[in-house]
Amino acid sequence: MEPVLALEMKDITKTFGDVAANCNVSLQVYNGEVLSLLGENGSGKTTLMNILAGIYYPDHGQITVGGREVSIRSPKDAIDLGIGMVHQHFKLVGNLTAAENIVLGLREKGRLDRKKITAKVKDLADRYGFNINPEKKIYDMSVSEKQTVEILKVLYRGASILILDEPTAVLTLQETEKLFNILRSMRDDGKAIIIITHKLHEVLAISDRVAVLRKGENAGTVKTADATAQSLTEMMVGRAVSLNIDRPEPVNPTPRLVVKNLSCVDDEGFTVLDNVSFTANGGEILGIAGISGCGQRELLEGIAGLYPLMPGSSVLYYPDDTGAPTELVGKRPGEIRKLGVALSFVPEDRLGMGLVGSMDLADNMLLRSYNDGKLGIADRRGPRKLAERVVKQLGIVTPGISTPVSKLSGGNVQKVLVGREISLAPQVLMTAYAVRGLDINTSYTIYGLLNEQKKKGVAVIYVGEDLDVLLELCDRILVLSAGRVSGIVDGRTATKEEVGYLMTAGREGGSV
Amino acid sequence: MNGTTNHRHPGGEPLVRIVKRADIARGKAWGIRIAAILLALCAGGLLILALGHNPAAVYIDMVRGSLATKTAMIATAKIAIPLLGAALAIAPAFKMKFWNIGAEGQIMVGAIAATYLALFHYQTMPRPALLAAMFMASALAGGLWGLIPAVFKARWGTNETLFTLMLNYVAFGIVKYLRMGPWKSPSSAGFPKIAMFDSAARLPNVFGVNIGWIIVLALAVAMFVYMKYSQHGYEISVVGESERTAKYIGMNVPRIIMRTVFFSGAIAGVVGCLIVSGSSYTLSDTTSGGYGFTAITVAWLSRLNPFPMIVISAFLAVLTKGANTIQTNFKIPASASEVLTGMILFFMLGCEFFINYKVILRSRRRIEVPND
Repeated sequence: MEPVLALEMKDITKTFGDVAANCNVSLQVYNGEVLSLLGENGSGKTTLMNILAGIYYPDHGQITVGGREVSIRSPKDAIDLGIGMVHQHFKLVGNLTAAENIVLGLREKGRLDRKKITAKVKDLADRYGFNINPEKKIYDMSVSEKQTVEILKVLYRGASILILDEPTAVLTLQETEKLFNILRSMRDDGKAIIIITHKLHEVLAISDRVAVLRKGENAGTVKTADATAQSLTEMMVGRAVSLNIDRPEPVNPTPRLVVKNLSCVDDEGFTVLDNVSFTANGGEILGIAGISGCGQRELLEGIAGLYPLMPGSSVLYYPDDTGAPTELVGKRPGEIRKLGVALSFVPEDRLGMGLVGSMDLADNMLLRSYNDGKLGIADRRGPRKLAERVVKQLGIVTPGISTPVSKLSGGNVQKVLVGREISLAPQVLMTAYAVRGLDINTSYTIYGLLNEQKKKGVAVIYVGEDLDVLLELCDRILVLSAGRVSGIVDGRTATKEEVGYLMTAGREGGSV
Repeated sequence: MNGTTNHRHPGGEPLVRIVKRADIARGKAWGIRIAAILLALCAGGLLILALGHNPAAVYIDMVRGSLATKTAMIATAKIAIPLLGAALAIAPAFKMKFWNIGAEGQIMVGAIAATYLALFHYQTMPRPALLAAMFMASALAGGLWGLIPAVFKARWGTNETLFTLMLNYVAFGIVKYLRMGPWKSPSSAGFPKIAMFDSAARLPNVFGVNIGWIIVLALAVAMFVYMKYSQHGYEISVVGESERTAKYIGMNVPRIIMRTVFFSGAIAGVVGCLIVSGSSYTLSDTTSGGYGFTAITVAWLSRLNPFPMIVISAFLAVLTKGANTIQTNFKIPASASEVLTGMILFFMLGCEFFINYKVILRSRRRIEVPND
């Protein structure tokens, strides 16, 4: 059967100020196919998709939908044309049910017929294999359920062209597999699907074709069957790159951080961490694996003095091989720092916690040293120099050190944060989802930086979600399951299945 | 499912598009601001025309009435001084995103503290000591008045907007009580008011205006340095932008909130002292005179930067004084001159939109692909 062109973008250009996010980009999507849109951070993927969704209007270029040239001036125009986008950040109302969210904003005549809506939602869900309760409130839903609602929302509006912006970034392995099955059934139903993801194995698993963008321009389109992770990476980066993660042997590992019986509860009194004990050694990368939200955040924040811990918890910090340890529990971050504890922390929420988005690079470097100046004046010269050095060493793409970090792309934001934390010469370096949302190239830069710290004798703690990376990068992997340590395995010998099993061990109902 | 899909759009650009500007040249931004003021004057001119007067004559009279004579200038300065002071007081709190709309009340309690010393201790201290004590007492009183909502915000996360607003009315009430009762002047036959200050408790003049103008200008410079270069200023910005980052980095957020709002209230308290000892020489229900509220406009227009604050509070003082003048000279009702002031402010605030965004009108013809 001859494939039918669902949508064509031709010579699309979109500039923001002086920056061209898209430059003469062309793209075709056919009915009944999954197209992966691939590119590094800041290569213009999201901009291009937002143009389709009616959020941006292109400076020039043509868009053809179903053979007709169209003008998409608003999200409503996009919906009328059958284009539906599932954004990276969900746009749902927490207090409403799934069905209510799905019909929200639809101006249908007559009164709201809940029964009919529910029936229609159920019908859609059955057709594509979604598992959803239309009467459930959004605030009661898991991330993957919320995503299901977002997808149903666009299907309900009659979308025949679906755009998904990094849909798997927030999902577990199992949830991702489920989503892919749904995408396949939608494809078989004749829908055109565009998916943005950074994970190459997902690109290879789900898509029929791959379109690659590089620096806002087309870098080629290939059939997935003819592509490999290696070839796609080279298209994306524009040169040959090695996809092996380095793992040097640990040299003389000595305990730097000894965590004992660490427990904590959340605001509602539920146990989040239950008697977690482990040792992080200098010269070693300790991975922490687990299904998202099973205590990783609380563990790192608890160690850093940012999350209240239960009595009996203990975190001992050993400054060197002989010195007496310092107890960190019960101290606030400011006090921990005053004690000379060289603990660096790259938190999950980069712009909301690790950095101040509206401040420039130099002022974000100042965060760690503002108190060092004399006479109550904050010394800005040191941080400026540090910012310049970090920009140079980590190859941060920025107009200058006076640019607000929120204007940088995700990868560059993370480089600023990691660069600052490493510049403190830490003994212990904790990182939470250090490569989340980053493109391949930047991810490898980050792995390299962590390895460098490891070789310097730093105890690196790496909370990650990608099991392949954890198994390639880490010396030991601690697996958390429902707030407990379900095992600590050797990164060199453990298998993916073993870790996967430990991740769900001890949970009610077993695996998801 | 595509049955409802509606292909009703021919190729074509929307008529008006609004795009965020990446950056704007300084000159262009000021060009937009000046254009806004000119437009405001035109719009105001229409209002004046509708009232049956000659706009040019009215505008000239406004400027003349506020700047032409020495008396006029002194009267204008007396409005500008507390306005600038109150805007400076609000700035650090607003920078921290602590919406202190209680400057009005903080001015009042500062004025009460100063008045207490002026009324009851003017004989026990030499003049410089008395004035210094008045300033310190008013700063302390204003600071403590600000500290109350700050403590609640820092400890229990209460809403500071309502809290500071309500405390204004408490402060007004206290002044009313003092005027009617304990501090009622025995010499004021029948009408309850507080006595005028002894000359020892009045601020000296420099170039015909009370020394307050030097104090607020010095304060503006000090505030600029404090906000831009000090560790405290940096802490305030970080807490304002992201409390989580502040905690992550080890800042003591509750302490910073309490310290900053105390400081903010203290400056407002000093403004209260400047008003009672510099221009009104007594405490009354109208001592705070709305400066605490107008200062919010000044602070916003100047984006919390002390130097533009000087210009803007002077400008607003000219408008206020000028509006008074045209009331008497042209018999323009007070409400109409307030509308005029409001219109000018509206245009000035509105033009910020055009500085941040650019409006693109459909211009060029696109080559349309013929539909088959």
